[in-house]
Amino acid sequence: MSTTNPQSDPPLPDSGSALGTPVARALARRRSKLRRRWANVAGLLVALVLTGAAYSMFAPAQAAGSSNTESSAEAAGRALYEKTCISCHGANLDGVPRRGPSLIGVGEASVYFQVHTGRMPLARQEAEAQRKPPVFTDTQIDQLMAYVQAHGGGPTLPSGDLRDGDLAQGGELFRLNCASCHNFVGEGGALSSGKYAPNLKNATDLDIYTAMLTGPENMPVFGDNQLTPNEKRAVINYVQTIKAQADPGGAGIGRIGPVSEGLVIWVVGIGVMLFGIFWMGSKA
Amino acid sequence: MARTATAPGAPTTKLGTTAAELDDRLVISGWLRRTMNKVYPDHWSFLLGEIALYSFIVLLLSGTYLTLFFDASMREVAYAGSYAPLRGVEMSAAYDSALRLSFDVRGGLFMRQLHHWAALLFVSSIVVHLLRIFFTGAFRRPRETNWTIGVVMLVLALLMGVTGYSLPDDLLSGTGLRIISAILLSIPVVGTWVHFAIFNGPYVGESIIGRFYIAHVLLIPAILLALIALHLIILVKQKHTQFPGPGRTEHNVVGNRLFPTFAAKATGLVFLVFGVSAALGGLVQINPIWLWGPYNPAQVSSASQPDWYIGFLDGSTRLFPAWDMNLPGNYTIPALFWPTVVIAGAMFTVLALYPVIERKLTGDTASHHLLQRPRDVPVRTALGAMALTFYTVLWISGGNDVIALKFDISLNAMTWVGRIGMIVLPPIAYVIAYRICLGLQQHDREVLEHGIETGVIRRLPNGEFIEVHQPLGPVDEHGHGELAYGGAPVPKKMNQIGGARRAIRGFFSPTENPAQVELEQRAEDRGLAAAEGDRELTSSGRPSEGGRPSDGGRPQEPRD
Repeated sequence: MSTTNPQSDPPLPDSGSALGTPVARALARRRSKLRRRWANVAGLLVALVLTGAAYSMFAPAQAAGSSNTESSAEAAGRALYEKTCISCHGANLDGVPRRGPSLIGVGEASVYFQVHTGRMPLARQEAEAQRKPPVFTDTQIDQLMAYVQAHGGGPTLPSGDLRDGDLAQGGELFRLNCASCHNFVGEGGALSSGKYAPNLKNATDLDIYTAMLTGPENMPVFGDNQLTPNEKRAVINYVQTIKAQADPGGAGIGRIGPVSEGLVIWVVGIGVMLFGIFWMGSKA
Repeated sequence: MARTATAPGAPTTKLGTTAAELDDRLVISGWLRRTMNKVYPDHWSFLLGEIALYSFIVLLLSGTYLTLFFDASMREVAYAGSYAPLRGVEMSAAYDSALRLSFDVRGGLFMRQLHHWAALLFVSSIVVHLLRIFFTGAFRRPRETNWTIGVVMLVLALLMGVTGYSLPDDLLSGTGLRIISAILLSIPVVGTWVHFAIFNGPYVGESIIGRFYIAHVLLIPAILLALIALHLIILVKQKHTQFPGPGRTEHNVVGNRLFPTFAAKATGLVFLVFGVSAALGGLVQINPIWLWGPYNPAQVSSASQPDWYIGFLDGSTRLFPAWDMNLPGNYTIPALFWPTVVIAGAMFTVLALYPVIERKLTGDTASHHLLQRPRDVPVRTALGAMALTFYTVLWISGGNDVIALKFDISLNAMTWVGRIGMIVLPPIAYVIAYRICLGLQQHDREVLEHGIETGVIRRLPNGEFIEVHQPLGPVDEHGHGELAYGGAPVPKKMNQIGGARRAIRGFFSPTENPAQVELEQRAEDRGLAAAEGDRELTSSGRPSEGGRPSDGGRPQEPRD
């Protein structure tokens, strides 16, 4: 996901006016600051503005309608947003370069995943947002979701039984789409420069679903064209079944295969054997 | 009952007559007597190779059981066994039968795990055995042949491992096969032909499981068995080496006879190896192929690693830069060639030729039957430490993604630590090992010359403090010991020479009452003379030269 939204539409009439004067003042400040740079790309900007204006005229109704009436949940969400998210995601949800991406159009599913797993708000800027206990309560998360959803729409939370899919098919899909980063059994895997695909030990059904839908951090988006809702449910069913499944062979030793097996044979296997022959030696 | 007269010396018991009858027909008694009387040294490290031998037996037995149920075929089937998450999935008959073996055959999973753990133990114990041979110089003339055979067996053991873990045709082993195929293709000139010869096509394809199967269950084990037999025959012919010590010379072997002492020990070790393999097989899950899924070329998992003994090649591949060589004529040598074929080839060639190399460097062409302590050959020990460090860096790098993930380290950082480490750390290890050897040597000489530190501090009339030293043998007019270093361990604590009461017997817990032992020893003359009988002392193997503590008399003060 790109970190900068194409400098979204300051002259656009629709959402800016609904946000009230402080936001407008902030925009004015920024305009003056960036005026010189923008002059160079004025031609491009005009084209963008025209496209944006045209889009706003033909855009679906709910995008325009949401700007006029703000529900109480959205207002509460905005209050939370302005307290904890605004420093990185910007005043108008449009992101801050080198700090946080625009949230316009990411949808409530993304908010759910990021905030519910505690990844947002970030503890600090680093390679990978860590999973931690969520900062917000479920009600607060709902309010944030409502606020973000009201600005640009985006993927929404699924409903129904999220494990309602074919187990074996889920396994095939998981190995095909997910295992290359998350490992055969969802143990996770290292990516470049400190980034990683987290293990799925603590992931709930809804976490996995919203992650596939929104593609957080380095994860690609698995939209409904790539994996249908049914296929997503199958994947979730597989991941959760494998996680809950006992290890029939004994201690699972992390289920990461040869690395931990090698450790066991050298520490336990050779350790016991050396101890044994030492003991025999002392009996001689 | 009237007995018929028997010739003098003829057997009278039932067992005796049976044996006589047998010997009449097979003429076996001479050979049997020689064999049963063969002397094995006592030292624990002589049992390391036997761990490998016995785990090979475990492998033969458990592997035979596995062949009863395994179907080495790439025929496509849909799984219909009892493991629900794979039911209905298309897979090869090999994977299908491995799953059935795990879930639907009585004792099948246990046997599979036992087999795999025993395989890991087999290779590990070979490596430990090899290290013992290397660091003590047991490969020197006349044993170079056995060293070479050993290295060949190590390579065969690795091949056994590779062919074995490829058989179930799961996603992990299939990934491994794909990598093997890429390695073969990377060999200049002959690569393509070798690949076609092994895989019967341009891809991994469908012939390979059947081919690996016959190699794994027949060809390589047969060669291994023959080489093991040869290894042992040569060992018996050449007799064991031994560590230097009192009464041990280049012309004898001190230890226990095969029967009964060593036979009892070996039997115990067989049970230990079987027990450890079985305990691991029953308690610790290994290679859970049902979690990996069937092989599909479109799929690959993160953290796909080979078994530990191939890990160093994975590591060298991860560390080596992506230097493809583009030669004129649209010809490329892929970067993969260097870290896999060249580095591995160089490592095993140097290993196999090491006895020759050392002979050339030292000019020592004499026959040796007494082992060396690693400290007495600092260059070899340091070279070994250097090689081990290099190997360990590669080995750790083979799992660097797992380490990066589990310890929250950047994978790039791990790669660079490995790249720099594989060049910088081995020389450092060489220097450190060399210095440690010299230090240990020096300490041995110091104790021989000045005696053991008693811990008794005495103040002289002039105010000087000295520590009283116990000489190990007769001293000259300066109070310096006259014992020469004989390559054997030098006692460095007073109770090793009976200065305190002797050590209480018992491995896990004392089997004697310490007070009783104390009293017994006090009853004897000062304890020193009594204790030295069962102590190994420094000598060159000729007891007349070695001194005894009682000859050395009382603790003496240095009289320089």
